[in-house]
Amino acid sequence: MSTSKCDDQVTLDHWYAIAPIAEIEGAGIQQTTLLEQPIAYARNSARDVVVWTHEGVPGDVPDRNCLPVRERYGYVWTTLGAPEHDVFPIPEYAEADRRNIHAATFGVNVSAPRVIENFLDMGHFPFVHTDILGAEPHTEVKEYFVEVSEDPDEIVASNCKFWQPMAAAASTGGADVDYIYRVPHPYCSVLYKSSPLDESRKDVIAIFVQPLSQEQVRAHMLLSLLDDTNNDTDIRLFQQTIFGQDKPILENQYPKRLPLDPRAETPIRADKSAIAYRRWLSEKGITYGVIPSAA
Amino acid sequence: MMSDLQSNWYPIASSSDLPRRHVYQTQLLGREFAVWRADDGYVNVWENRCLHRGVRLSIGINNGTDLKCQYHGWRYANRTAGCTYIPAHPADAPARTICNNTYPAQEAHGLVWAGETAVGAVPELPGFEDATVLRAIPLNAPMDLAARMLLGYSWEDGCKGQANADGSVTVTAADGTAVRVFLQPMDSNHSVMRGLINRPASGKERAALLRRHSWLMQELRDRIESRAAAQDAPAPYQPVIAKVSDDLVDIPALGAAALRAELRVQVARRELTAEGIVSLRLEPVTGKLPTFQPGAHIDVHLPNGQVRQYSITNGPGETGHYTIGVKREPDGRGGSIAIHDTVQEGDVLAISAPRNNFPLRRDSTHTIFVAGGIGVTPLISMARAMNAQGLSFEFHYFVQSDDHVAFRQHLGEFERALVIHKGLSPDATGATLKEVLAEPGFARHVYICGPGRMLEAARDIAAAQGWTDETVHFEYFANTVEVDDSTAFEIDLARSALTLQVPAGKTILEVLRDNGIDIPSSCEQGACGTCRCGVIKGDVIHQDVCLTNAEKAEGKSIITCVSRAASERLILDI
Repeated sequence: MSTSKCDDQVTLDHWYAIAPIAEIEGAGIQQTTLLEQPIAYARNSARDVVVWTHEGVPGDVPDRNCLPVRERYGYVWTTLGAPEHDVFPIPEYAEADRRNIHAATFGVNVSAPRVIENFLDMGHFPFVHTDILGAEPHTEVKEYFVEVSEDPDEIVASNCKFWQPMAAAASTGGADVDYIYRVPHPYCSVLYKSSPLDESRKDVIAIFVQPLSQEQVRAHMLLSLLDDTNNDTDIRLFQQTIFGQDKPILENQYPKRLPLDPRAETPIRADKSAIAYRRWLSEKGITYGVIPSAA
Repeated sequence: MMSDLQSNWYPIASSSDLPRRHVYQTQLLGREFAVWRADDGYVNVWENRCLHRGVRLSIGINNGTDLKCQYHGWRYANRTAGCTYIPAHPADAPARTICNNTYPAQEAHGLVWAGETAVGAVPELPGFEDATVLRAIPLNAPMDLAARMLLGYSWEDGCKGQANADGSVTVTAADGTAVRVFLQPMDSNHSVMRGLINRPASGKERAALLRRHSWLMQELRDRIESRAAAQDAPAPYQPVIAKVSDDLVDIPALGAAALRAELRVQVARRELTAEGIVSLRLEPVTGKLPTFQPGAHIDVHLPNGQVRQYSITNGPGETGHYTIGVKREPDGRGGSIAIHDTVQEGDVLAISAPRNNFPLRRDSTHTIFVAGGIGVTPLISMARAMNAQGLSFEFHYFVQSDDHVAFRQHLGEFERALVIHKGLSPDATGATLKEVLAEPGFARHVYICGPGRMLEAARDIAAAQGWTDETVHFEYFANTVEVDDSTAFEIDLARSALTLQVPAGKTILEVLRDNGIDIPSSCEQGACGTCRCGVIKGDVIHQDVCLTNAEKAEGKSIITCVSRAASERLILDI
């Protein structure tokens, strides 16, 4: 809609994953967009990742006026503002026996918060991910807990349970799966789910949404799994199938921006985490990718 | 200006755009619509947005009676657009009604007409009674410009265009053939030409006619669009997104009733077993169903938030499902209508474990079952159990007519023990009951279930003919007593060592619940007996229909959902 660049300072002052690190190797200068700002990224002669803004032509790799860069969880992160904190932690990523895989980067024509809300949602499993993450008649969303903490500033939904026919690429049959969701960033979420291979630990799936504009995003998906049997391609294909099922639903949501007015849509108890998320965004004063609640 | 446009009728689809079970997407004045025809022919024009999470309903599934959203399986009913099923919450469904936004719609002249706030009749089209609907031609141009340029539409020499008061254009040829074109304003710069030609056509002739006008209108479209491209595009319409009502904002709290609905079942089969009676076969979603006894009932949590009790009709050994029968009660409180109109095969329902307040004695020498109407359901289960054991019984079933006989297949198992009494007047029913209940005797029992009046008549006749209270067993569907809750009194709970005040307007059951004492309950109107409790001391005003007269006189039990103290104080065995 709006052609002017993002003027939401709260949104600007966050870190954003803009590309998997693996894509940079030997690829020269690459371009993408962040919050309507064209940016380019490459490795410089010192093999450091460099990210810079431009207005249409990226030019050569600059040696100054570059954007801040972090390399975390296999992705290049940058910011157009001045984040107060570093990229949020995912301690599991460093565990030695985990498979850390970049599953996919999906372009989706929808706002970033709609993607996060869908990521937090269990009720759609039997209808959108039929016979994989859910199946009728196992449609009930049981009571779960939602907490919003201040330090760290994040939402945690715990004690989430859902019956899944095929919870992961490594599953051999249906199981009641435990989920914990974290929302440590307005446009990122980390999910912990029962591992089919190790009862005491959890697989980690994270989504890092890169807003191209208010109504277009790229969603980067990280897997940190305890799977030692499937190959990377099978694991990626599984996750891509799931996201491929979500994409047409997301692109058919109207309005594309997430409405924060409590009277815009109708929540039910299963949407507790979404209600907390909308409230959290409102309290942060986020205006990008949302329809703010009239004061 | 906008409001004038909104009060007009516009054609938004051809009737042929709505084949069976399809959902058609279109737009009017900037607002998207999902348009679908139910199996009964009704055309629904709804805002194209599920009110839950905004997903387009045009990607939903038209089930013939409702539209199912692709995202979470919510179902919205034909006509009302009211939500009838939320799969995520089989128990404790919201009692509030979530409704999608609907718009006035009519079907006439082979077209579907709608308007945001349209009232009255769609335009009359004299001379187009036997018309053929032409192919719709969309174009990127404002409606008014298209209408102006349509005046020059021509398929042969001598065509004359004329603007009509309703905004449409009629073009007439020398031979009287006429084409009338209406414009659908999709948005300020995007319209659809929807034309009719005043002659019937079919087969190859129709195809040729459609092709010819489609071709000519496409040519006109190109001219209109190039004109439109040369002028400034008007600003798009900004349809107002209506807010949902205030009472839908907060998520409903988890109710106490939901905690007692411990089982989840799926409606495996739903069939009409008699006029106005559906049977539902309920199978477990996971695991096994608990054991039931003949005469037991279950609480069924309905999609409209109500909880209703239904007897299990199963025979012995049928443990893989519970089958219930539900009569449509148009004047009831809505429970039976919810089941008849909204519950479908495949739906998940929350139910309680079976409870039996109507137990069957099997130490009788002979048992007489007296069923009236839908009261047959618990008695079917009982008689099937007796039949399987080879015990002696007879089964009298009073119905209005042959069409009202439910569960025929099971009744057939009773063979000569079954007597169906059809269409009797109250007097004739009384006379028949006198004959049926003529012979009380040692170890002979009678079980009665049916409408209140018949049940009372049967109990009176039985008593008059010498049946003792202990041999007459009955179950009411509903309490027929007018309940008085205007008294205030005190209750002592002997086992919990608590003293509580029961004020006017509150029941003993409610006061117990308020104080964290959860005793089982079901119908909560004094009919089922689930909340029965022992009385140690004090006098009771019985206002229920489940205790026998002897039990009431004895005063050792109280039905806590309706009955109260006659004295200042009751000591209860809790």
